[in-house]
Amino acid sequence: MTEHNNDFDRVSGKTTTGHEWDGIRELNTPLPRWWVITFYLTIAWAIGYWVVYPAWPLLWSHTTGVLNYSSRADVAVELANLEKIRGDKMVALGAAPLAEIEKDPALLALARARGKTVFGDNCAPCHGSGGAGAKGYPNLNDDDWLWGGSLDQIMQTIQFGARSGHPKAHENTMLAFGKDGILKRDQIVTVANYVRSLSGLPTSPGYDKSAGAKIFADNCVSCHGDNARGNQELGAPDLTDKIWLYGSDEVTLIETITNGRGGVMPAWIGRLDPSTVKALAVYVHSLGGGK
Amino acid sequence: MNKPVNTTELQLEDDGPLYAARKKVYPQSVSGTFRRIKWGLMAFCLGVYYLLPFVRWNRGLGAPDQAVLVDLPNSRFYFFFIELWPQEVYYFTGLLIVAAITLFLMNSVGGRIWCGYLCPQTVWTDLFYAVERLIEGDRRDRMRKDAARGTMKLERFAEIVLKHSIWLMIAWWTGGAWVLYFNDAPTLVKQLVTFQAPMLAYIWIAILTATTYLLAGFMREQVCVYMCPWPRIQAALTDEWALNVTYRYDRGEKRTSLKKANELRALGEPVGDCVDCYQCVAVCPTGIDIRNGAQLDCIQCGLCIDACDAVMTKIGRETRLIGYDNDINIQRRQAGTPPVYRIVRPRTVTYLAMIACVGAVMLYALLTRTLLDINVLHDRNPVAVKLSDGSIRNAYTVRLLNKRGFDRVIAIDIDGPVNGTVHVVGADSLTQDRPMIILGRDQTTELRLLVTAPTESNPEKSIPVHFHVTDIGLGEVASATDHFVTP
Repeated sequence: MTEHNNDFDRVSGKTTTGHEWDGIRELNTPLPRWWVITFYLTIAWAIGYWVVYPAWPLLWSHTTGVLNYSSRADVAVELANLEKIRGDKMVALGAAPLAEIEKDPALLALARARGKTVFGDNCAPCHGSGGAGAKGYPNLNDDDWLWGGSLDQIMQTIQFGARSGHPKAHENTMLAFGKDGILKRDQIVTVANYVRSLSGLPTSPGYDKSAGAKIFADNCVSCHGDNARGNQELGAPDLTDKIWLYGSDEVTLIETITNGRGGVMPAWIGRLDPSTVKALAVYVHSLGGGK
Repeated sequence: MNKPVNTTELQLEDDGPLYAARKKVYPQSVSGTFRRIKWGLMAFCLGVYYLLPFVRWNRGLGAPDQAVLVDLPNSRFYFFFIELWPQEVYYFTGLLIVAAITLFLMNSVGGRIWCGYLCPQTVWTDLFYAVERLIEGDRRDRMRKDAARGTMKLERFAEIVLKHSIWLMIAWWTGGAWVLYFNDAPTLVKQLVTFQAPMLAYIWIAILTATTYLLAGFMREQVCVYMCPWPRIQAALTDEWALNVTYRYDRGEKRTSLKKANELRALGEPVGDCVDCYQCVAVCPTGIDIRNGAQLDCIQCGLCIDACDAVMTKIGRETRLIGYDNDINIQRRQAGTPPVYRIVRPRTVTYLAMIACVGAVMLYALLTRTLLDINVLHDRNPVAVKLSDGSIRNAYTVRLLNKRGFDRVIAIDIDGPVNGTVHVVGADSLTQDRPMIILGRDQTTELRLLVTAPTESNPEKSIPVHFHVTDIGLGEVASATDHFVTP
């Protein structure tokens, strides 16, 4: 711009761009060439990008680009791959006899890993993330099982649930002895104390043991058994051990006898595929309580 | 306000870029002691780098037989007789510490000699220069050809194409050798040739080809001067005894032309040995004048010494006007006292002791490292489980590591809670009360381990429990301690 004679700055002795704002002029300090080249390259890159990848929004759609790229398709491919990778191994797991899985370290590791995730997704809300249970929700780490703790029994329970409405589900509910008028209030208190005595817990003073034993024999042995050791066929808990699903204090026991109990577990057979149920059974069994 | 001015009145400064453009360096070929050392080291370094992946090392069936292998998929690093697991990366930390102190030691003895002789940047740049020299000729030819850029003939064009082709081939070999350290070399070479190799291998070769080509072919001395942090660090670590490439100005000054020097000498006037031939500048790969004293750009390669020695020999004067020396000796010589070379001094001895110390620690760790190991993690949810008979059970996730190349039978014992028993899920069928498992070679196994103990014999809340795993065959034992908790 040498034709503009005033494009010089007296002070610095440098040329200016000729642009002036309120008497202030801009020195002509060009960008380094590498910078300018980089700048043009980014423009070229952007144009290339528009051509190759989806870029511009249209009214109802968008330009798809010559690559027809879609991140959604990428995800679908990844998911399909995952299924494929998992598929082979899960097929092996599905084919293995239930009793053999724990003896094969590779299958056991797979079943435990798969079981743990599925447990976290489906079972943890009731049983806790480590299967520790809560009041009314059995602890799966201990050795006390309402419906049996063998691999087959655990699998059975997972598949069909308890009182879930599935035809094969575990049924049988504890009667509401108080609410339904089978036992009177004082009888309930007496038998509650008797039940406490069965597992060596202290009883209220003045309670009639023989009366308690009689009420128990008349009403409870049909499910809990003569020796009160319970019956896994009926889901009747062992009343002589140290584990209490709803609590062992007198008030809780009175409530249990008055209103009955009948916890519900959903059936998982339609929601989880067979090999996943198998993995889950092995995982629960390996928590340590399994028989 | 600016008024129209006559530009000739103004002392116009340069309106160009804000920084000085790079002055291309045209190092001249040179021969001599240090050049020979450089050739030797270059051959050695490149030889090791390119050929090491093909060295075999028998480790038995199923194990890789490559002497140096970084097995990323299986997380193993093999170095001749050493096999490292991921949790043993601290050996690399140790190696890095030794490398750093070695660099300090080299620096305290001979300044930036790492830069001049062994740094990959120097080695590859040197090789690229050799190729350039072979094709385009020496310094003068290259300068002339570059100056005549506008009038390029076909022959010159062919030269350029040839040079870049060879550069790219070297760069490609460099990238190619790199990936061979990460997979079985002969197999990978076969795969690469038949385009069966994994995409990642090609990508890495491409990246390293590009970086080698750019750094050694174009960036050259700029890497050493602008990009590398070592000259700055080195400047802070050096001391007055370090032997840097030094122009012995006590002998060289006053410099003047050979003819004039002879005349002055005949008259008995004082005159230095330096004849201002600029050979030291011409051969310098970073394009500096060593006679300006120690400077950041000097990589201590000693080529100027070779160049100067050749001239000194030619004009019949003593060699080593430039040499590995320091200012102390120059001052001593000026004062008439003999020079002193002190390589053994507190600083170097300290560095040497540090290297020996770290090396000894590493060696000790390597020799005593366990080949059977156990890690224990206590279950947190639930921490303890009450069983129907009132006893307490704790569950642990146990990881066993077998670093040997064969399967082993491992027995597991505990020592802690009174009357405690141990059970391993899935392993109960082998032995009663003493679980045994088979631990596969060169792998880890995770076990779920249950420890049960009656409450009445263990009234404390928390009891230390020791887990011992014993190799039935070798008697090797590994132990870990955790706690048995009662609710």
